[in-house]
Amino acid sequence: MSDLKNTRPVKFRGGGFAPTSRRWVGFVVFAVLIALAEIGTQTGFITALTLPKPSDVLQTFIDLYNSGLLFTHAVPSLTRLAVGSAMGISVGIMVGVMIGLFSYVRAGLVPLVAAIFPIPKIALLPLFVIWFGIDEGSKYALIALGTFTPTVVATYGAVDNVDRTLIRMGQSFGLSWMSIVRKIVLPGAMPGILSGLRISLAIGIILLVAAEMLGAEHGIGAYILEAGSLYDLERLFAGVVMLSVLGVVVSMAIGVVERRVLRWRS
Amino acid sequence: MDIQLSNINHSYDKFEVLRDINLDIPTGKIICIVGPSGCGKSTLLRLIGGLEQPTSGQVLQLGNAPAGCLNPLTYIFQDFALLPWRTVQGNISLVLEDHGIRGAELQKIIDDVLARTKLTDFANALPKQLSGGMKQRVAIARALAVKPAVMLMDEPLSALDSQTRELLMDDLVSLWSRTPFTAVYVTHNLAEAVRLGHSIVVLSRRPGEIREIVKVDKPLSERKHGDTDLEAQQKYLWDLMRDEARAADAELLNV
Ligand SMILES: Nc1ncnc2c1ncn2[C@@H]1O[C@H](COP(=O)(O)OP(=O)(O)OP(=O)(O)O)[C@@H](O)[C@H]1O
Ligand SMILES: [Mg+2]
Repeated sequence: MSDLKNTRPVKFRGGGFAPTSRRWVGFVVFAVLIALAEIGTQTGFITALTLPKPSDVLQTFIDLYNSGLLFTHAVPSLTRLAVGSAMGISVGIMVGVMIGLFSYVRAGLVPLVAAIFPIPKIALLPLFVIWFGIDEGSKYALIALGTFTPTVVATYGAVDNVDRTLIRMGQSFGLSWMSIVRKIVLPGAMPGILSGLRISLAIGIILLVAAEMLGAEHGIGAYILEAGSLYDLERLFAGVVMLSVLGVVVSMAIGVVERRVLRWRS
Repeated sequence: MDIQLSNINHSYDKFEVLRDINLDIPTGKIICIVGPSGCGKSTLLRLIGGLEQPTSGQVLQLGNAPAGCLNPLTYIFQDFALLPWRTVQGNISLVLEDHGIRGAELQKIIDDVLARTKLTDFANALPKQLSGGMKQRVAIARALAVKPAVMLMDEPLSALDSQTRELLMDDLVSLWSRTPFTAVYVTHNLAEAVRLGHSIVVLSRRPGEIREIVKVDKPLSERKHGDTDLEAQQKYLWDLMRDEARAADAELLNV
């Protein structure tokens, strides 16, 4: 054992698997990709038909802002997303909690949710147009339904995962049913519900664009469709950038809420 | 307020867990329950606290809970069962809020139980910041806050290291000496049983039956770590249990 020549430090193998906050890395990835595209298009290595110059896209964006058209398209889109997903998510959380708490609700609704989940919701748009009208109603309904199912699934999964011993504890101290739900089940399910929201809102954005492409005068989706049919790649990409920014903003907003609400976990 | 168990039998489906349990739990005494693993100790405690109903037999409450008692039968769990998202204070207020206690009165109770469990400085800490021993003291403080008539403790110290366990046993003894409480204390640790129990109920292996009730007469405050008479009693308990424990161990392998 005391072989001195063979003395060496024990190899460290405990690294990784512990996500830490490295926010700047995300920006670097974006910056590098955009810089590569810019260099490629400037040098002619990438032809103008393959990809527009990022600087031209930026210029289009600035024009859009100056002409006020940015808001003409962005405001209706944001409203649709906010209203539709607020409906879908709030009802989804309620139904998910009910499924988590009551066996009969679970037995009745889980198969139904499983049946609705895989339907491409956009296929139902004509139906919604008949039910809720060609205007905003059908778009709200589409986004609401699209965010509803993933929220339900994430929520009842999260409720199932709440530590049973904590619920037993609540019962043993004689807490009312309502208190147990409000003070033990909901906070315990919050991490799972919030990570479900990320998926729900991303689906919401996809459906928003799809709905606007199929029938809207204004909105990011309508703008992209119009640019696409004219093969105006700069404007197409300007629209895509709007969507990406929307996605990043939504994801960051959830991150902020998570850090607030889940401070006890870190 | 005494608790009386009469002719308790309990099975899960066809699986018999407890048989013919008759036991009195007198006010102001600590009853320890020991027995081989899987003999139904935790089940018995859940039956006493009304978290489960016995297949046959009754758990009786003799007399009323003393005035001011908010939750007559109060548990202390092996894994503490603290809400990780609430501070020490918040965990205690959780069990008081439902009784309509608010404001200054709430704060007064919280301050009192935190002082009694020496946690005053940690009122605003989150459970993840506390050591195991402190977490269990928070759970004890929470139990004291509802002024229980009977405390039901399921291996409250077995998740802790042996030094912390000694310290917490001293804490429990001094709490009891100041204001005697009634407790049913389940443990597999015979040293804990002879330190804390006024009487020790020895259960047989599953289906759990009462084999013997051993009285320990020495006053709690005079018992010390390593007392020879306590050790003699501990050895006596172990002799009672050894064969049962061995048989229980072999049985689990065949399940
Ligand atoms: N809810 C349940 N359903 C079915 N069987 C159960 C249930 N709870 C406990 N049991 C069984 O009853 C028996 C007694 O369990 P219990 O937890 O009361 O034992 P214990 O004496 O506390 O054991 P330990 O010393 O390991 O804590 C075990 O064999 C267990 O598998
Ligand atoms: Mg047990």
